[in-house]
Amino acid sequence: MSGRVLVGVKRVIDYAVKIRVKPDNTGVVTDGVKHSMNPFCEIAVEEAVKLKEKKLIKEVVAVSCGPQQSQETIRTALAMGADRGIHVDVSGKDYENLGPLQVSKILAALAKQEDAQLILLGKQAIDDDCNQTGQMTAALLDWPQGTFASEVSLEGDKINLVREIDGGLEHIKINTPAVITADLRLNTPRYATLPNIMDSLMNNETELHKPNHRTSLCVGLIPLFETVAPEDMQGGTDRSGAMLRHTVLQSGLGLHTRSLVVFSIGIGKNKTKLGTV
Amino acid sequence: RVNHECMSCTKRFAFLNWTEQHWKLTDQQKEFQQLARRFAQEEIIPVAPAYDKSGEYPFPIIKKAWELGLFNGHIPQEYGGMGLSIFDSCLITEELAYGCTGMQTAMEANSLGQMPVIIAGSDAQKKKYLGRLTEEPLMCAYCVTEPGAGSDVAGIKTRAVKMGDEYVVNGQKMWITNGGKANWYFLLARTNSDPKCPASKAFTGFIVDADTPGVQIGRKEMNMGQRCSDTRGITFEDVRIPKENVLIGEGSGFKIAMGAFDNTRPPVAAGATGLAQRALDEATSYALERKTFGKVIAEHQAVSFLLAEMVMKVELARMAYQRAAWEVDQGRRNTYYASIAKAFAGDIANQVASDAVQVFGGNGFNSEYPVEKLMRDAKIYQIYEGTAQIQRLIIAREHLGRAKK
Repeated sequence: MSGRVLVGVKRVIDYAVKIRVKPDNTGVVTDGVKHSMNPFCEIAVEEAVKLKEKKLIKEVVAVSCGPQQSQETIRTALAMGADRGIHVDVSGKDYENLGPLQVSKILAALAKQEDAQLILLGKQAIDDDCNQTGQMTAALLDWPQGTFASEVSLEGDKINLVREIDGGLEHIKINTPAVITADLRLNTPRYATLPNIMDSLMNNETELHKPNHRTSLCVGLIPLFETVAPEDMQGGTDRSGAMLRHTVLQSGLGLHTRSLVVFSIGIGKNKTKLGTV
Repeated sequence: RVNHECMSCTKRFAFLNWTEQHWKLTDQQKEFQQLARRFAQEEIIPVAPAYDKSGEYPFPIIKKAWELGLFNGHIPQEYGGMGLSIFDSCLITEELAYGCTGMQTAMEANSLGQMPVIIAGSDAQKKKYLGRLTEEPLMCAYCVTEPGAGSDVAGIKTRAVKMGDEYVVNGQKMWITNGGKANWYFLLARTNSDPKCPASKAFTGFIVDADTPGVQIGRKEMNMGQRCSDTRGITFEDVRIPKENVLIGEGSGFKIAMGAFDNTRPPVAAGATGLAQRALDEATSYALERKTFGKVIAEHQAVSFLLAEMVMKVELARMAYQRAAWEVDQGRRNTYYASIAKAFAGDIANQVASDAVQVFGGNGFNSEYPVEKLMRDAKIYQIYEGTAQIQRLIIAREHLGRAKK
């Protein structure tokens, strides 16, 4: 076992910032806006560093996919106690198309390259709230996954996990290598200390990888989504009103009123009154 | 970029020129600032009102800040510190003061107490007394002021008489920040009893362990503001200090005590600026929420003009302390700039805090809102580390001195 843990860290808009939509409605304003490490990624880094302090793993490698500024996020991870950083350089149009599927392919490739024993990720990012990267990475690697972890303990080559699920807490035991995604109550991330910040800036512990056909990180960055505005709605009679009345009466909801006035909720001038049924 | 050796640290720094520096912080400075800001937001601000009410010494917060390296930054690296420049220390100080100036003063008093040792201590003294502060979260204090002599430092009456290999000290000090919590003190005492002896030769600086027999710590004083900071009177009754604890030599005390101020006045100005910035931010967010006469009060020109003037004062105070800090980091005598910064920042902190209470109206006067604490905390900035009046004396002297040349 290499004892190496890969921790994914994502650079997102800071949680305290008021988000504004771009004037052309294609996304949110990111220029000049404060960015920081995704809070769930911080929890993942903290857990990895804790495991290293307990001597259960040997090396923590922080990985970030994104433009040049992602290196700041990696430096934060280094200042918290990570040993090395890997910056996968994705910028411009590619960065706009970067989503969980692409990131999980990159992480899977890196996990094989680095011979990682464990991949620790945040459960989701606060900008897109996808909650997919961890699961997809595990599927691509055919590794077991422990998502929404609120407690992690290593026992030999197995991991005991407590997961926070809708029904409560689930206790599972999975083999390594595995993918774990951190939930809120897993730990409280430490502050980076000033000496560690200084060290992370002075030492260049971050490798740069450019995914293209020449490297092993060949990932297809094809856009998967297209954003379109909804068509403007026209006013007019909506035949579904009659259907609605029919359905309501059929279901025997016990409505004894003679008439039912149903209004549709439209936006602005597109409010359509279905009329009485 | 200019590489040079800072006078008070033995580490080489790379500095941007003054223009570049003040409109563009280095990555490291930005990260330090971010850390301090986050610490203030998450650790200091939530608990500050409670500490202000109880007056309890905020040791848990101080311990956390110490663990992160947020104070004692100026101790040189060879003694376990980080050897930060005064500029970097000021950036951190401003952010911490934004949270609570009481806690920030408790931490800043460490800088003041240790500065004489940093600038004038021997290697052995530095290793022993600065090393202690970096190994454990211990505090130190600067003991110069007396009940009868504050601004008139040359008028202090504490006497140190040489007896063999020791000095025996008798006297009373007052208003000593961290007085009850310090592990050691920097003490200024009169060693030459001849009243005609000039001040530059009559005083000696000592390092005194707080547990030395004869050191009597007075009660914690209840002050108007910065109430969680520990301020006390200390009585020295036949306290014996070994001669190894003399800084430089007999008679050098006055110069050391004053020399410390050139390094500590910029951070004090930074603290006042942090308080003013907090007052400004609180007033601004309130002005954007509170509605009167059909609109938010920020849209009434009387209030927006008030805010504009507060902004001007805060921005200028920031520029002033940054210039003063940068000058001393360049190795130049910065007395002129340091006094300007401290005088200005202290005055505007009071004005801005008072204006913030005004913006809040009736709510501002009430202890459930944060601004009344700011107004109470701000007053001391016109008094300690050289009163507003003394600063004006210094500025006039420096200015006229330049004019005569």
